[in-house]
This record gives sequence, C-alpha cells and structure tokens, in this order.
Amino acid sequence: MSKKRTAKTGRRSPLATLALLTVGLATTGGAYALFTGTATAETTAVHQQLVDDGEKLFVANCATCHGMDLEGTETGPSLVGVGAASVDFQVGTGRMPLQQQGPQAEEKPVQFTEEQVQALAEYVASIAPGPEIPEEEYLTGKGDAAVGAEIFRINCAMCHNVAGAGGALTEGKYAPALTGTEAVHVYEAMLTGPQNMPVFNDANISPEDKANIITYLKYLEENPSPGGFDLGNLGPVAEGLFIWIFGLGAIVAITVWLTAKSN
Amino acid sequence: MANDSDGITGGEAAGTAVEKAAPREVASGVGVVASDRIENPGFPPHRPRVTDEDPKKNYAAERTVSILFYLSIVGSIFAVAAYIAFPIVPGDPGSIRLNNALLGTGITLGLLGIGFGAVHWAKSIMDGHDLVESRHGTRGSDSTRAAAVEVFRLGNKESGFTRRSLLRNSLIGALVVTPIPAIALFRDLAPAEDPVGLLKHTLWDEGVRLARDPEGTPIRAADVTIGSAFHVIPEGLEDSEHPLEEKAKAAVLLMRLNPGDLNELPERADWSYDGIVAYSKICTHVGCPVALYEQQTHHLLCPCHQSQFDVANHAQVIFGPAKRPLPQLPIAVDEEGYLVAQSDFTEPVGPSFWERSL
Repeated sequence: MSKKRTAKTGRRSPLATLALLTVGLATTGGAYALFTGTATAETTAVHQQLVDDGEKLFVANCATCHGMDLEGTETGPSLVGVGAASVDFQVGTGRMPLQQQGPQAEEKPVQFTEEQVQALAEYVASIAPGPEIPEEEYLTGKGDAAVGAEIFRINCAMCHNVAGAGGALTEGKYAPALTGTEAVHVYEAMLTGPQNMPVFNDANISPEDKANIITYLKYLEENPSPGGFDLGNLGPVAEGLFIWIFGLGAIVAITVWLTAKSN
Repeated sequence: MANDSDGITGGEAAGTAVEKAAPREVASGVGVVASDRIENPGFPPHRPRVTDEDPKKNYAAERTVSILFYLSIVGSIFAVAAYIAFPIVPGDPGSIRLNNALLGTGITLGLLGIGFGAVHWAKSIMDGHDLVESRHGTRGSDSTRAAAVEVFRLGNKESGFTRRSLLRNSLIGALVVTPIPAIALFRDLAPAEDPVGLLKHTLWDEGVRLARDPEGTPIRAADVTIGSAFHVIPEGLEDSEHPLEEKAKAAVLLMRLNPGDLNELPERADWSYDGIVAYSKICTHVGCPVALYEQQTHHLLCPCHQSQFDVANHAQVIFGPAKRPLPQLPIAVDEEGYLVAQSDFTEPVGPSFWERSL
C-alpha cells in the first residue's frame, strides 16, 4: 500500500479494522478474565479461611452442646440451617456460649471479637444455608417511625412492652428490654426467632417494615417521654409503687407535721 | 343533761378551762351507778414553745414564714415566666415535658409556700393555749318544736289535705304516674338487638381469607414458616360496618409448629394445615388479647391475669384463671395457596356470658 494511495482513498484495508477489533477484544476480555479470576480466587480464599477459622472456634467453644456436625445434642439444639443471622445474634449479643442452663440464655458481655463472630457465622452458614446477616440499608433507622410503631404494637408490644422496656413470660423466661440493642441484632432477632421469640420472616414483616420498627425503637431512645418521669416504662406496677410509697408517704408526713405541736 | 353525763363541760368561761375529770359529789347514801366510760384525762399541762420564751426564736419563725410567702410569690411568677420562655413546640414531645415540668414546679411552689407558711405561722407564732369549744345540742327547743307542729296543722286545715280525699288521692295518683315516661325512655337504652347472637358470631366464615394485621393482605401457607406467629384479621375487615368491634371478636393468632409437636383432638384433625394452627386471640377469662407466644414451649400467656394456654395441646389451660381453652379457627388452603377459614368459630369467643351454653 503506497502512501499516495492511502491518502487518495482515505481508507485502510478492511482487514486492518478487523485485526484491530480482534486485538482490542482479546486484550480487554483477557484482562477482565484475568483480573476477575484473581478477585474471585482471592474472595474464595478469604472466605475459606473464615470458614476454617470458624470451624476451629466452633469445635472449641460450641460443639459440646451443638455437636461436632451441628447436629445438636441433648443439651443444645441442632444448628443446621439456622443461618449466619442467628449466629451473629446469639454470639454477637453474648447470649452464646451459654453461661449456664436456665430458663433462657441471658445477654452478657460478648465473648468473641467481631472477626471471630463473623468466622463462626460463616462456618455455620457454610454447612447449610439459612437467614443471612441483614443489609446495611435496613439498619439506618431512617424509615417511617409511625408505621414502625403500629407494626411494633401489633406484633411485638405484647411481650416487649409498647416502649420496648421488656416484660415477663412464663416460668422464669422474659422478653428483654430493647433499649440499647443494636439495629442489626433487632433485625436478626425478628428474622430468626431466637429462643422462645416467634419468627417474623420477611413474608410476615417485610424488610422495609423491619426497618420501620428499628426506626421506631431509635425514636423512642432519642426522644424523652413527654409525660415526665417514665419510671422505666413498666406501667402500673412501677407507677403504683412510686405513688403509694412517695405520694402517700408525703401525705402522711405532712399530716403528722400539721397535727404535731410546735416545740 | 348531755353535758352532765359526759363529765365534760365547757367550763365556767370558754377558752380558759383546762378540764379536770373529778368524781361528782353526791350525798352519802345515794346509789351511784358506776360508768364504764373512760374518764376524760383533760388537757396535758401547758408547755410553752421556744418561740414563747425566746424573742430571737420568735423573730426567726416570723422570718421563716415570710420567706415561705415570698417563695410562693417567686414560684407563681416563675410559673408564668417559664410558660412563656419554654413554650410547647408542636411536634416536639420534649418541649411538652419541659413546659409541664417547669409550670408544675412553679405552681407547686406557689401553693405550698402559702400552705406551709400559714401552718407554720399558726403553729409557732400565734397564741398557743388549748381551749374547748362546746357543741350546742341538736334538739330544738320545745317552743320551736311546737311551732313546727302548728305550721303543719294549719297547713292541713287550710288546704284540707286530709279532709278532701278526692284531691289528695288524685294528686298521689298523678305523682305515681309521672315517672313512667322516664322508664319507657330508659328501657330503650338497652341494645335494640339481642346481644347473644352478636356474641356467638364473628366475621369468619367459610372461605374468608386470613389476612395480616394491620395491612389486611392475605397470607399464603408457605409464608408461615415453623416457629412463626402471625397476627391475623379476616380479609375485608376494614369494609365491615364496625371494623373495631368486629376485630375485637375476630382477632386470631396464627402459629406454625413442627407437626410432630402438635397433639390434636381426633375430631379436629383437619382443622390445622401442616402444623399451622389458628386460635382466637381473645382470652376466655375476661377477654384480654392473648398473644405472648413462646415458640419453643408453645405456651401462650395472657398478660392480664397470667392464664397460660398450651398451643401444642389444643390450647388447653395449663395455668391461671381461664376456664376454657381458646376457641380454634378451622383453617384450610384455597386453590391459590392462601389460608382460608373453613367456617366461623364453632363456639363463642371470649369470656363467659349468662346465655352461653358451653
């Protein structure tokens, strides 16, 4: 191809375009395949590492009651299919490992680091699929507090108290107070139904409504009770005790003072 | 006479006497019936207060009283100032709390300052002697009583009330008949409809879908995973004439148990669906909503009086004052997979009533 001819027609050979396209496609495609391949391999490796760590932690801390293969024993239920959400809730709030057998597992200082909790969750989830740790978008507390309050009153308030102050159940069990509970744990509890709490799956309370409930609980925490001292929001028992002791006490004291002779 | 038998009299001059209970003097030979009444011990000896003896203490008490009154003034002004300075901001519950707390503090100070000041004044500064104020007898004098009888006698004579029996009897008849319209009106305050029929039926009927409370969306059997508890209303509740009244009777708790845990009565074997059971949420004791469901023990607790029902054993009562198990709603699944009622409840829901046969 002479230069003159090229200039004259202003055209390259049709084959040149084809060659260029082939080279371009091969390069980008190859690079993409190469890079993503590495990335996946890395993620898998990290994931596998977590699962392995989790297995070690599980064998060392949980297997006594839950069995070596999560199949459960007489002292602990099977964990097959409970999912990462359940592990993150039980271990992340310190309820597991269990301190002692009792009516229910109580919240206590968390026994593992965040990474260890994550590893345990990954391990349990790797054995059988189950509810996963919720997406961040539902935990921000930026939903509709009014809608959340209505759903909370219908589904949660009978046990957890309308202000989330908790309440008694049968035979020593109780519904814990929800104040100060992290949003992720509130969500996971609804999703998995820990201990005697019923399950509220996404078909019952949608993820958006779960986010609304979290918003309501946050609103309660951030806004003081407009009625003055809430006395723990426990209702007539706490309020009655207060008025009987302090209110009547003051009346009795004033009456004694009124009738006593001045010295 | 009353005064004599009491042994208490006003004394010779009111306001001066400290009464002493002395045995009455009688002539010798007169029989005296001993009274078992406790003798009036009289006043304790007069004890001067510190403010009576020490002018400095008296002055201090006076100052305390005036400080209490000034405190009252400060409180009242503070209440008005706080009411203006910290107004209630619409939409901010915190401002209501602050406004109420400050207003209450101010008004309390205003009232208690006056009250405590006045009492302290009376107790420590005002004259401190004891005195007796005698009550006068309640019986009128004979002349007053005779005058009253005369008024009645004259009235009867002038009106002829006893003599003109036609007038008197017709008046009595008229008085007896006057309240009858009121009785007729009050009778109509009773429910126009026989309430027993209303108590025996709810919105549930064959084919009515079970819906979520409060959204009213129908529930598929597949949505109810094991361990779930759904709060349920009949579909179309909002379109009924009295949604709240209907909800109060028709509210249902839907639970799914592991079918192996469920111990069903043979005649109710087809009332559940693969471990899904529906029970009335209205306690059979006094009608509180029973919804504290424990998914592992399958106990259902009523928060009002701690009645417990065992959902695994057809909701029989295992603790507390309730006498009957919760009524079960027979359920089935329609062709679209939604849960529906097979019929209404087969017994009245909620607490007992007189006409209840069960």
